[in-house]
Amino acid sequence: MKCTPERSPSSAAKIGADIGGTFTDVVLEAEGRRHSTKLLTTYEAPERALLDGVRLLLGETGIAPAQVSLVVHGTTLATNALIERRGVKLAMLTTEGFRDALALGTESRFDQYDIGMEKPEPLVPRRLRLGIPERMDALGNVLLDLDEQHVREAAARLREEGVESVAVAFLHSYVNPAHEMRVAEILREEIPGVSISLSCEVSPEMREYERFSTTTANAYVQPLVDAYLRRLEIRLKEMGFACPLYLMLSSGGLTTVETAARFPVRLVESGPAGGAIFAASVASECGEDRVLALDVGGTTAKICLINDGVPQTSQVFEVGRVHRFRKGSGLPLRIPVVEMVEIGAGGGSIAAVDSAGRLAVGPHSAGSEPGPAAYGRGGERPTVTDADIALGRIDPSRFAGGKVALKPDNSRAALAGLGLWGGDAETLAVGVSEIVDETMASAARVHAVEQGMTLDERTLIAFGGAAPLHAVSFAEKLGIGRVIVPSGAGVGSAVGFLRAPVSYEVARSMAMRLDQADFVRLNALLDEMAREARELVKAGAPDAPRIERRVCLARYQGQGYEIPFEIPAGTLNGDDAAALRAGFEQAYRGQYGGMVLDLPIEMLTWRVTVSAAGFHADAARSAPPAREAVPVGSRRVIDPASGEACDFALYAREEMQPGARFSGPALVAERETTTVVSPRFDGYMDQRGYLVLTRREQGDRR
Amino acid sequence: MSTALGELRMQVIWTRMISIVEEQAQTLMRTAFSTTVRDAGDLSAALFDLQGRLVAEAVTGTPGHVNSMAEGVRHFLARFPVETMKPGDHFITNDPWLTAGHLHDVTVVSPAFHQGRVVGLFGVCCHQVDIGGLGQGPDGRSIYEEGLQIPLMKLADAGRVNQDLLDILCQNVRTPVQVKGDVLSYITSNEAAARRLSSMLAEFVMADLTEVADYIIARSLSATRAEIAKLPDGKWTSTLVIDGYDKPVTLVGTLTIDGDSLTMDYEGTDPCLPRGINVVLNYCRAYTVFGLRCVISPDVPNNFGALEPFRVTAPEGSILNVQRPWPVAARHVIGQMLPDVVFGCLSQAIPDRVPAEGSSCLWSVQLRGRLPAQGNGREGDPFDAIFFNSGGSGARPGQDGLSGTAFPSGVRAMPVEVTESAAPIVIWRKQLRTDSGGPGERRGGLGQTVEVAMRDGSSFEVLAMFERVERPAKGRDGGRDGAAGLVRTSGGKPMRAKGLQTIPAGERLVLEIPGGAGLGDPAARDPAKIRQDIDEGMISPEAARRDYRLDVGHLDIDGEEPEIRIEARSS
Repeated sequence: MKCTPERSPSSAAKIGADIGGTFTDVVLEAEGRRHSTKLLTTYEAPERALLDGVRLLLGETGIAPAQVSLVVHGTTLATNALIERRGVKLAMLTTEGFRDALALGTESRFDQYDIGMEKPEPLVPRRLRLGIPERMDALGNVLLDLDEQHVREAAARLREEGVESVAVAFLHSYVNPAHEMRVAEILREEIPGVSISLSCEVSPEMREYERFSTTTANAYVQPLVDAYLRRLEIRLKEMGFACPLYLMLSSGGLTTVETAARFPVRLVESGPAGGAIFAASVASECGEDRVLALDVGGTTAKICLINDGVPQTSQVFEVGRVHRFRKGSGLPLRIPVVEMVEIGAGGGSIAAVDSAGRLAVGPHSAGSEPGPAAYGRGGERPTVTDADIALGRIDPSRFAGGKVALKPDNSRAALAGLGLWGGDAETLAVGVSEIVDETMASAARVHAVEQGMTLDERTLIAFGGAAPLHAVSFAEKLGIGRVIVPSGAGVGSAVGFLRAPVSYEVARSMAMRLDQADFVRLNALLDEMAREARELVKAGAPDAPRIERRVCLARYQGQGYEIPFEIPAGTLNGDDAAALRAGFEQAYRGQYGGMVLDLPIEMLTWRVTVSAAGFHADAARSAPPAREAVPVGSRRVIDPASGEACDFALYAREEMQPGARFSGPALVAERETTTVVSPRFDGYMDQRGYLVLTRREQGDRR
Repeated sequence: MSTALGELRMQVIWTRMISIVEEQAQTLMRTAFSTTVRDAGDLSAALFDLQGRLVAEAVTGTPGHVNSMAEGVRHFLARFPVETMKPGDHFITNDPWLTAGHLHDVTVVSPAFHQGRVVGLFGVCCHQVDIGGLGQGPDGRSIYEEGLQIPLMKLADAGRVNQDLLDILCQNVRTPVQVKGDVLSYITSNEAAARRLSSMLAEFVMADLTEVADYIIARSLSATRAEIAKLPDGKWTSTLVIDGYDKPVTLVGTLTIDGDSLTMDYEGTDPCLPRGINVVLNYCRAYTVFGLRCVISPDVPNNFGALEPFRVTAPEGSILNVQRPWPVAARHVIGQMLPDVVFGCLSQAIPDRVPAEGSSCLWSVQLRGRLPAQGNGREGDPFDAIFFNSGGSGARPGQDGLSGTAFPSGVRAMPVEVTESAAPIVIWRKQLRTDSGGPGERRGGLGQTVEVAMRDGSSFEVLAMFERVERPAKGRDGGRDGAAGLVRTSGGKPMRAKGLQTIPAGERLVLEIPGGAGLGDPAARDPAKIRQDIDEGMISPEAARRDYRLDVGHLDIDGEEPEIRIEARSS
């Protein structure tokens, strides 16, 4: 446990808890101080580690549960159940003739040359995907009535099979949900107690594969998450907590237990979303309006763009990619989610030689067991952490506060075992480090293009255990000249939970041409959506002022891609058509360049987001007086960019004072990680205890 | 700097160059107007050196384009020497014989400058939905009927776009806005890539690409040759007879492996036809080398060195090396069959590494009809709709074939809900076709059954371009054939697999899309897998009895709740 000196934004006691795959992080903020703890996740009953952590911090601070005003929780429970296929026994009722929509997917291969590739298995086996005679057309007119007798027979079959959850997903239900609703009624009569997920509620948008996939994923984990959240709620009450419990959504917003239990699929990216919110809050505190966030853990690196303190969001996410993190190899989920690219590059990523004789790093990871070779727990293959150790970046005696005794010789032996380049361990270590940095930089570049954004003017915010080791090299490759390594980076997600606003997004499809828009129908739809979102937010934040945003997804008629643009949050009429057209055209030009087309505009999907006013950065504190940082020693480290070993000054972050300045080459060691400052960067510790690293003015590259 | 560090530097630059061309492809998809580029990914993007050698290529793309463009850039260099190139120059052509085999594929090549000198060339090749003429079907009798031909010429001169060319282009196509927008987006993506390349050269303090291009090509060449050298020496011939337009077409391929050299020769293949299913040699090479690389060297990044060792020849005037001015618009119908010919040869050389035949040719369904009349005495406006469907791929060593999945094509299918929103049609069924996967120890992938009709039940037309209706995918090593395709009306009337036909009012068009073939003796299939296939409805109990000699006891018709007794089987 540790506590950091800086003030947190509010003085009321708040708790954030993030259950990840390996660790459960709990953070308590009270009276301007932050306390945190890290425990191993308890898989069989995830609430145990969480509650242990909470008790620990309450004991440490002497705060009573009744004094806590807020508990925010994020969990990978749903994600892991999806990835590891540990959900409940599930069936699907769908339009007759389309039971294979889940298996067919996009009918394409995600890897061009790999004839051995396999597509992800649907969550429902084919025998439990049952066709029901019924049909709507694209406008929502009934082409074929629902065969209710058939539904009852299907229910009998599900009862015999012992199915625990049912996904109901019919074609065009996003425009007319009547048949799905009726099926739900019949199922409640026939098989009471079985969980029901309707596609018109979980993901009411066009494109059947994504909607069906999202609905089955929701159904697959709903009973598990529901039971878990109820248990947790009761245990917290028993402990004496009187405050609300909120759940972190994949979008970066918060929601109630009630809503989270109905739509658990919206929780899958809660941990990474917390990390993005953390980075966004650091960006706001530091006044950085263009940010690239880099979160590097043991197995993956996550990269996210943040503009004006708001992480980019997206509507599609893929869970459980089966193959090298390749796009298209996972199950698509259409949920509001913080937009980030995740690649198989982390401290535990394994280095190997590929068939072309090239050094390759990841996506396979040694995980925490056996872990890097240096852990001495049976891992024999070299990892990124081994390279960092061999390069002298990690001090074996200080690692993890001395809790894990590192064996640098194991690292060097594993690296030499690659057999390349005469088996010189140090050169290979440079290679591993360079390749992993280059891989992360490549992913960031492609991601920026996909988002229509540039990178070189941004500030990099780096957190997660392995990020500080690689952040400056990564920044140099992208032409980024400013890097911030905040404190509390090891528990960033849980801290981020406490910075998130209560918010909820509702999305619906209603296709209409802008020049023929039926504003009466549209207003009715938008108002209903706003009401739904407002009620959910009100339940969580009854007194907070609310912000409402409405977005339309539109395209030129005949195109296949929609782009989002904001529309006024009020009643629309014919007079607004010109403004809507202008709004669309502006967004279109922003994304694709100067072209303006004289074509009809088609509006397809509508999103309404309501959020309670959230975190605001407190006013900037006065800058501390500048002083020279005092090194605690020096280490000989190889600089990958030049390939030469030089003396890096070694600083201890815990001993550094705000205002302290230092020049690269330098290493700033802390308990969980080390910040590597290249010979081309300088740094200082700001008033919050964050390390701010800036590129020296040019001249001496290479 | 030590040799090892020099080596590392090269690798880092190589990774960076692949990331630059991937950015080039993504920029193209984001800025292009036609759905073929944006949604289906029917494109390629790549970097070439000053000798016209492919150096790096985007992972995003489809084989027909990628490898065809690799052949084409040297023609640009011959016509427009490097010394004459200026910043802001862009060159264009859609000549099928120089690049990707039909007029719909437009290629744009642009010089990339660094410190005032040309250092490389970026190229993109994309499928245009419309290039004028008859449209993309097999009905043209010569190239002149198939659309606008753009010879090798300047699309832009020192930053000024060739307005004359754009005017001619717009006058010749049905959708000028999309076509013009697409062509301009090619410039955008090549320019973006060129800027990125220049800043990379600055970062690594390099004057040009010579050293790194040589490194990449030499590395890939030796890795590919090493893979070829592992194969046994010899000569193997394979014959594939396909449906053709109105009579069968025979494709004959002979593979010769000699040490680390490999040649695929199509001597014995049928002559070309006065129908647009002929293939130019570039495109023949593209799909042939794709098939070879899938099996022999899938992990070597695609570039000149990775392609060079594969020699492909076909007799001039044959259907795989057609000469001007024969028609070529629907060349994919035959081109997509070439990996099956390749696999036929390779399976004799390395039986354990090669899949059985698949449905292979994409079933793209092009429909025409009229919107409902508005009640003013005039008939409704005409519409065109297109949607893609894939059959089953061939069984693979150790693995079943993929069901309803495109191979070798790299395109994606559009959602049914999107198709039905764009046109007044209803797709009543799109479902895996039980028993269509060829039986075998490894089963072929299943095809699909697709049923489509007008929303109001009126009559409509189909522009059929379907394969493997007469001749199914052939099984291998004791594996059985996949199911053949079938085209009919819901009233039961058989229809032709190629050409324009009408479906009468009140009926549906029914497509039974072919399955992939099986590999190995069905009797050797793991009984647990057979049970699972019955359980999942992938095969019927009758088929299990007939094809796998399984006593399946009493089963209801859907294969539900099977009680399977596996008895001693003999083959």
